[in-house]
Order: sequence, then structure tokens, then C-alpha cells
Amino acid sequence: MAVPDAIHIEQVSKQFGALKALDQITLKIAQGEVFGLLGPNGAGKTTLISTLAGLARPSSGRVSVMGFDVQTDYRQARRQLGVVPQELVFDPFFTVRETLRIQSGYFGVKNNNKWIDEILENLDLTSKANANMRTLSGGMKRRVLVAQALVHRPPVIVLDEPTAGVDVELRQTLWRFIRRLNADGHTIVLTTHYLEEAENFCQRVAMLKAGRIVLLDTMQNVLRQVSAHTLRVKFDGSPPASLTFTADAGDGWYAMPFEQFDQVEPILLSLRQSGCIVRDVEIGKPELEDVFIRVMQAGNEASQAV
Amino acid sequence: MSGEFSTLFYKETLRFWKVGFQTVAAPVLTAVLYLLIFSHVLDNHVRIHDVQYTAFLIPGLVMMSVLQNAFANSSSSLIQSKVTGNIVFVLLAPVSYQNFFLAYVLAAVLRGILVGFFVLVVTMWFAPLSFVAPWWILVFALLGGAVLGSLGVVAGIWADKFDQLAAFQNFLIMPLTFLSGVFYSIHSLPSFWQGLSHWNPIFYMIDGFRYGFFGVSDVSPWQSLAVGGGALLVLSAFTLTMLERGYKLRA
Repeated sequence: MAVPDAIHIEQVSKQFGALKALDQITLKIAQGEVFGLLGPNGAGKTTLISTLAGLARPSSGRVSVMGFDVQTDYRQARRQLGVVPQELVFDPFFTVRETLRIQSGYFGVKNNNKWIDEILENLDLTSKANANMRTLSGGMKRRVLVAQALVHRPPVIVLDEPTAGVDVELRQTLWRFIRRLNADGHTIVLTTHYLEEAENFCQRVAMLKAGRIVLLDTMQNVLRQVSAHTLRVKFDGSPPASLTFTADAGDGWYAMPFEQFDQVEPILLSLRQSGCIVRDVEIGKPELEDVFIRVMQAGNEASQAV
Repeated sequence: MSGEFSTLFYKETLRFWKVGFQTVAAPVLTAVLYLLIFSHVLDNHVRIHDVQYTAFLIPGLVMMSVLQNAFANSSSSLIQSKVTGNIVFVLLAPVSYQNFFLAYVLAAVLRGILVGFFVLVVTMWFAPLSFVAPWWILVFALLGGAVLGSLGVVAGIWADKFDQLAAFQNFLIMPLTFLSGVFYSIHSLPSFWQGLSHWNPIFYMIDGFRYGFFGVSDVSPWQSLAVGGGALLVLSAFTLTMLERGYKLRA
């Protein structure tokens, strides 16, 4: 039998009254991938995750996790999935350790202390194990949410905005841990507003807009879509007519895209020849953000290509 | 029974136990205050079923405590989990809706019976009490706790806000319990109200419960058992259907 996809979403739509939160989404994520779901607020990322997790039922279409249908075989499907919710939710009655023990129990996992200790250690939570959830800072609560998603060792881990409102140190701890989990064979699906993070960690991305996938490709290909690097120059004097700078932010900085690095020197040369004195130079790499902005603006045309 | 059920039951029990001062001690005090006041006013004037009023009142108060606390436990736990959002931890887990139902209802029964037990232990010294048929006492305590615990699940899931739950409690649960014969025998009522009381399932549970103490009641305990059992069946079926469909829990 073929290895099942970690996640298989087939023509899923979700209607909330008049609002079409998800519109015919089809998406396969292979085991072992690190996959990014990107899109502005309200694009449908969280709704898509909710249908994966069984928190919302699709109006039409099918979803399966590791080959288990999330509706007809929901118990198996949920055992395969660890979800870190976006909201900072917690149960104020319990300590960190109690919370994790209870969560293990919900998944039928008994005598889980060894694994719980290991998760606590990896998330720098060991010293807080017996603290009540109420007393933890926001960052610490976020770590517990991650820990809760992992108690049953799910092969597929979904993180909804894992680094929202999280300080630098935790962000690094978190990414280190996520990388390790991925190296151990876990499939990782995440949504994020930090495009830089997606760029650094995701092998493939899907961009969502108004409930539809408008772009779906490997990170490499997506970045290649941004045709050029950007040369940014600050200078005194007026530039020659032969140079067409795309942007003048009004602060003395001018920007110009270029394809190859051997184009840079002639640009600077012609500036000098026309009497401009260069004060500062920056070279920008192609960024996911550029693709993101372009795709979000174009939106509907791009969806034809998927 | 699976690990999911026992964990959820344990969590629900631990939840109220951790705030036992509020969830157990406070309602016991309330019941004792009722007893002190009503027995002071009425004990020398009223006998019901040939039983001294204070003695008659005690089983009523015990049962009222069982019912109200069973309802309070499941309903308040659910609405808190919904409002704070931590209900998601149960919803993400492979907990079947049957186990979900059983865990919430049984934890509610446990709290109800615990409070009822303490009310009994504290109040039984105020009047001579007999225990003619202890099995009936237990059966109706369990049955009453389960009916109200199940009603609490319905209310906790239905209510979106605390004030909606309070309305459910104040305008439905309180009148049904207060007008069910906790403080009086319905035989003392005008016939219209007597007839109306027969439509209140809680009346049967209190009446049957009291039969266990004195061996006398307004209706036969078997009839009360049938009505109470029927109420539990209907309500359980309703609640389970609600949970299965994910009403207000799963979008």
C-alpha cells in the first residue's frame, strides 16, 4: 500500500452563512514536510486548520490525516494530529504537569511522565512544571500549548501562529524544537504572519486569499518568482536619465531591481559619471514578502495557475 | 471504560474539588441556613405525613442540594471552558461524545451527592430522622443528580454567556426545585397547583427520595422511579444527540 499523505484535503468548502470561508480547497501534504499556510487575516487559514482538527465540519469535501478520514474515522485521525491553537487558552484550575497529564489521558496515553519530562525539558518548562497555569507569562503559556499538542506523539503537528507575540528567545527555542521534531520524521504544518520564518523553515507554501489557494509551490520556486534582487542607493545629485529607479521614498534612497550581479557596477558607474556622489548602498535579496504582496494584489489571476 | 472517559471524569472531579470551599462547603452552609430558619418558624406548627416539620424538611433540603449542585457542576464547568476557550483541548482529542456525556454527568452526580451527604450529616442532628428504605434514598439521589447533571450539560452548551446560564438557572431550575415539594407536601396545595406539580419531574424525585426516609410519600416510589427514569432517558437522548451533532461546540 502506498504511504498515505500526512494531510489530504479534497475540494473542501466551508460556508458560514453568506460567507464562504473556504472555497474548493484541494491540498496534499506529504509525510515529513514542513509546510507553510500563508495569507492575510480572514483568508481561511484557521478555518482550514479547524476542519483538519475536527473543530469545524466542512460544508463539502473530504479531509484525511495520515489516511484517516477526520469525520468517519475521527478517533484515529485525531490521534495522528497535534494542534497548537492560535489563542492563548489554558485551564486555570491546573498546574503545567496536571495539564499535560490530563491531555495525555484524553488521548488514552497512560504513564506518560517520561515523555512529558522530555517535552518540558525541550521547551525550557521544567522549572514551571508545578506552577499553576494562571501564574505563567504569555510566552510560557504558549510553550505549554505546544507541549500539550505533543503529549501523544502525533506524526503530524499543526501550529497556528506559533510565534505570535512571542519573544526572540522563545522563538528560537521553539524553532529549534520544531526542526528537531521534523528531523525525527514529524510532518509540520504552520501558519505564520512572519514571512521570514516561513522562508527559513518551510519547504512548501500555500498562500490563501478569501478562502482560496492562490499560490501553491515549493519555497524555492516561489522565491524564484521574484525576478530580481534590489539595489538600493543613497546619493547626492540628480541621477542620469538612462537610469530608471523604481522607487524614491523621499528620504534620499532610490531602488532598482536587477537580475545579475554584474549589472550592479555599471549602474554605480553611470551614477558617478553623471556627478552623483554615492553615500550608501544596500542589496536586497528576493523575499517571500514581495511574492506575498504581489500575489495578494493580483489574487484572482494567480489562482488560475494553480 | 476508556482512558478518555476516566481522564475527563477525573479532570471534572478535580476541578470542583480544588475549589471545594465554593463548590461543596458553601452550598452545605446555604442548606443549613434554610433548615435553621424554616424549622425555627414552623417546627411547632406543622406536621406532614405525621412527621415533625424539621424532619420532613431535611430530606427535601438534601435532595435540593443534590439537584442544584449537580446542575451547577456540569453547566458552570462547560460554560467556563467555552468562554475561556479551553474546551478545545477536549474537542481536539479522540473523546467520543458518549464518553464526554458520561464524564460530565457522573462528575456532576458525584458533586451533587457529596454536597447532599454533607448536608445530611450536618442537619440530621436537628430532628429525629429514620431511614426506612435506604436503597430508595440512593436510587433517587443518583437519578436526580443524573437528570440535573444532564440538564446542566444542555444548559452549559446552549448558553453563550454567563448571564444566559444564570437565566436558565433562575427561571427554570430554581422554580422547578422550589415548587417541587422541598418545603411542603403537595397535598397541602390547592388542587390546581397539586395537579400542576404532577407535571414537574423533580417533584417525583424529591417525593421518592423522602419515601426512603419515612416510608410515606405523596405518590408511590415506583411511580416516581418511572417518571424520573423516563426523564433521564429522554434528556440523555436529547443531550447525546446535541453532542453528536456538535451543537455550538463544533462549527
